[in-house]
Amino acid sequence: MMGRNSKTPEIESNRLSPEAYADNFSDLHPMLSAHQASIEAARCYYCYDAPCIKACPTGIDIPSFIQKISTGNRRGSAHKILEENIFGAMCARVCPTEVLCEQACVRTLGENKPVAIGALQRFATDPVLDDGSRLFERGPESGKHVAIVGAGPAGLSCAHRLAMLGHRATVFEAEDKQGGLNEYGIAAYKVVDDIAQREIDYILDIGGIDIRFRQAIASAEALSELGKKYDAVFIGLGLGGAKALGLEGEDLDGVMNAVDYIKDLRQAKDLAALPVGRRIVVIGGGMTAVDIASQTRRLGAEEVTIVYRRGPQEMGASAVERDLAQTGGVRIRYWAKPVRLIASKAHVVAVEFERTRGGRNGSIEGTGEKYEIDADMVFRAIGQQFSAASLDGSSDLIALRGGRIKVDGERRTSVAGIWAGGDCVDGGQDLTVVAVEDGKIAAHSIDRYLHREDESADNGDQVMDGQR
Amino acid sequence: MMADLSCEFAGIRSPNPFWLASAPPTDKAYTVVRAFEAGWGGAVWKTLGEDPPIVNVNGPRYGAMLGRDRELIGFNNIELISDRPLEVNLEEITAVKKDWPDRPIVVSVMVPCEESAWQRILPKIEAAGADGVELNLGCPHGMSERDMGAAIGQVPEYVEMVTRFAKAHTRLPVIVKLTPNITNILYPAEAARRGGADAVSLINTISSLIGVDLDSMSPIPAIDGKASHGGYCGPAVKPIALTMVADIARSSETAGLPISGMGGITTWRDAAEFMTLGAGNVQVCTAAMVYGFKIVEDMIDGLQNWMDEKGYTSIDQFVGAAVPNVIDWKDLNLNYVEKAVIDQDLCIKCGRCYIACEDAAHQAISVRGDGEPIYEVVDEECVGCNLCANVCPVEHCITMVPLRDGTDPRTGDPISGEYMNWSMHPKNPFREV
Repeated sequence: MMGRNSKTPEIESNRLSPEAYADNFSDLHPMLSAHQASIEAARCYYCYDAPCIKACPTGIDIPSFIQKISTGNRRGSAHKILEENIFGAMCARVCPTEVLCEQACVRTLGENKPVAIGALQRFATDPVLDDGSRLFERGPESGKHVAIVGAGPAGLSCAHRLAMLGHRATVFEAEDKQGGLNEYGIAAYKVVDDIAQREIDYILDIGGIDIRFRQAIASAEALSELGKKYDAVFIGLGLGGAKALGLEGEDLDGVMNAVDYIKDLRQAKDLAALPVGRRIVVIGGGMTAVDIASQTRRLGAEEVTIVYRRGPQEMGASAVERDLAQTGGVRIRYWAKPVRLIASKAHVVAVEFERTRGGRNGSIEGTGEKYEIDADMVFRAIGQQFSAASLDGSSDLIALRGGRIKVDGERRTSVAGIWAGGDCVDGGQDLTVVAVEDGKIAAHSIDRYLHREDESADNGDQVMDGQR
Repeated sequence: MMADLSCEFAGIRSPNPFWLASAPPTDKAYTVVRAFEAGWGGAVWKTLGEDPPIVNVNGPRYGAMLGRDRELIGFNNIELISDRPLEVNLEEITAVKKDWPDRPIVVSVMVPCEESAWQRILPKIEAAGADGVELNLGCPHGMSERDMGAAIGQVPEYVEMVTRFAKAHTRLPVIVKLTPNITNILYPAEAARRGGADAVSLINTISSLIGVDLDSMSPIPAIDGKASHGGYCGPAVKPIALTMVADIARSSETAGLPISGMGGITTWRDAAEFMTLGAGNVQVCTAAMVYGFKIVEDMIDGLQNWMDEKGYTSIDQFVGAAVPNVIDWKDLNLNYVEKAVIDQDLCIKCGRCYIACEDAAHQAISVRGDGEPIYEVVDEECVGCNLCANVCPVEHCITMVPLRDGTDPRTGDPISGEYMNWSMHPKNPFREV
């Protein structure tokens, strides 16, 4: 082993040929051909009270959409999907179907080979985006106007459903682009050909949705202003800060948040220009860990190691995601936690780990046994938390639970007139599909609320709404 | 020792009971030789007619009914009889027979309904070395417009007459091929017997339009935007063929008349079923057209293994074995009670049995359980109809189990074990006391 001082970080761009970049970041699962789709659709048993429907957070009538593929009614199939999940095209790509609908598929139980529901969903929905056929119309103008904070899946799902119900929506987005994590957070090879933006173009085509970019709503005053100006407010914020490792030297060069790098990668015009280390260490066990590991490996990193403090069973990334990483050449080491970042000239060069084991009550404990892994880049991927700070002082008005916004079954916050959904609310699973469902449920709740308001006004009553 | 598959049908011997039916696969020496090389026991040469040869359409002549995974379920054709000169066919028959003396070649024939026509053609066929003739009185399309094929087969008097013509002008065994496009298969079968037929073969194809092109508004297969009905065959027609074969086998009027069974036979099981219902041999066309001649290998091997397993050493030991069990509805035992039973270990929770029973049968399946549903048969409601077992995607998951004693929970009636048919039933106002 080389002396520590002799280590120099090797971070370079242009590690691969242009062809290799194109190949490594091409569509992970290209769309099924009509022939493949027809054969796969024929495998669906058209179950009664189908378990796949119950396993879908948005409750898509999966047997019906698949049956429509079988009969050649592809437009009807797309409608069946999008009426429950307007982000059907993205979810077809990014949903962990192996732990949702496909796990529940009766063919999983029968033969351990589920119907490829995700692939069929993409087959049904992509053409609608491409040919621009409008399947949903704006409802008759209600005269109501809803403010939405965040143009991610939760916010835009809410806005689209509100438009269907006849209400106007204005969306306040901190970034330059709409889409939230769909745009900034998903591995590039899952969402080629600018699908995230194309899908949102389709969603916005319904009309009545206005997006204001670079407008963060980051204070109680701002939120309160929205409450006064609009008939209702929906908060669809994402998660803020990536969790820190809690080690000395986290500000060293080469130590960074996985989500930040993924964001840069997604926005990069030229992948070859992205500098990447020769040796990468990723700390964490979720989807973000797999995404950063797989993507840096595909950018040409030679040794990419995910280190997770527990075992494969506890890992947030599904077996399918782990397989994807491992077949791509990523090494996963379980049962170790980082204890020290080793630097040379203010740049990280290695990480020291301590082996762990399961302790009592599900805790983990160090064994005292240590090892080092060389690293030119170290990525933190141990989760993100909701920055209650993004609500600023208003957090004492909007109740939190578990560090995120507390909502009821209708996605109402503790403050009348304000709803919330997506990653910022308590109890979610940090999945696009769950965010979409939150937005949809909230839109219907808002719609009922706005109608009640009208009825009260008709009766000459005062609107009972202390917060507004 | 392996079971002996050799077979004698209407005096014609063949090494196994699997013959190719008169159809495109038996149109010429080239294909018949390939079939014999593959192991087919015999062939019925594609129907010969009088010269000049007929002219076929020059566009699509077939159409298919496909399952959801594009498995061919039913098949339709508008092809006519052989479009090659009679002499060419006869020469090839002679040549093939010379090389394959142990494989029977029966020649299908179709000429107008005049004795002279039969008198002209049959001696030529006999001279070519054929082992028998099959009268094509069944083709439902094209030729029937020219008063041949089904136009004859649909009129029992004509069947009898033409059979007589044939018997009068050949010493070869005469097999009369029947059309299913009639109300009762016994009428033409009896007519064939009266005319002196040595055997009947059935079924020919069923008159059909396979579908409509919703863009062009033409049925398919379309010839220049128009279509004519064709003849339907393939796996979908097997049940129709089975009931007709059984009808002939169990009728006292036709008892003992050799039957060559065909209609949708694709596997050795299909063949065995036809044979247990009285077919002395079987003929196959569609399966060979879809999969090629090689499929006969499993037909032979599969039938042999099944016979060995069952202890049959020759095919005559099971031909007709199921015929005594084909009876009229009025003779069915109404005291016999079955209930569906769902094997919970095999159940994959698709709920198809539940919704089928709930929407379309007797509301006799309950669902319970939080999360994973548990589907169970409610014996108090189950009439034993078998719909659940038929829609279940898992083999053996739902079985029908007879009640042997106690009472039927649905009716409260005791399981007597005694036979009682409708004519004896207390609820029958006309019962025979």
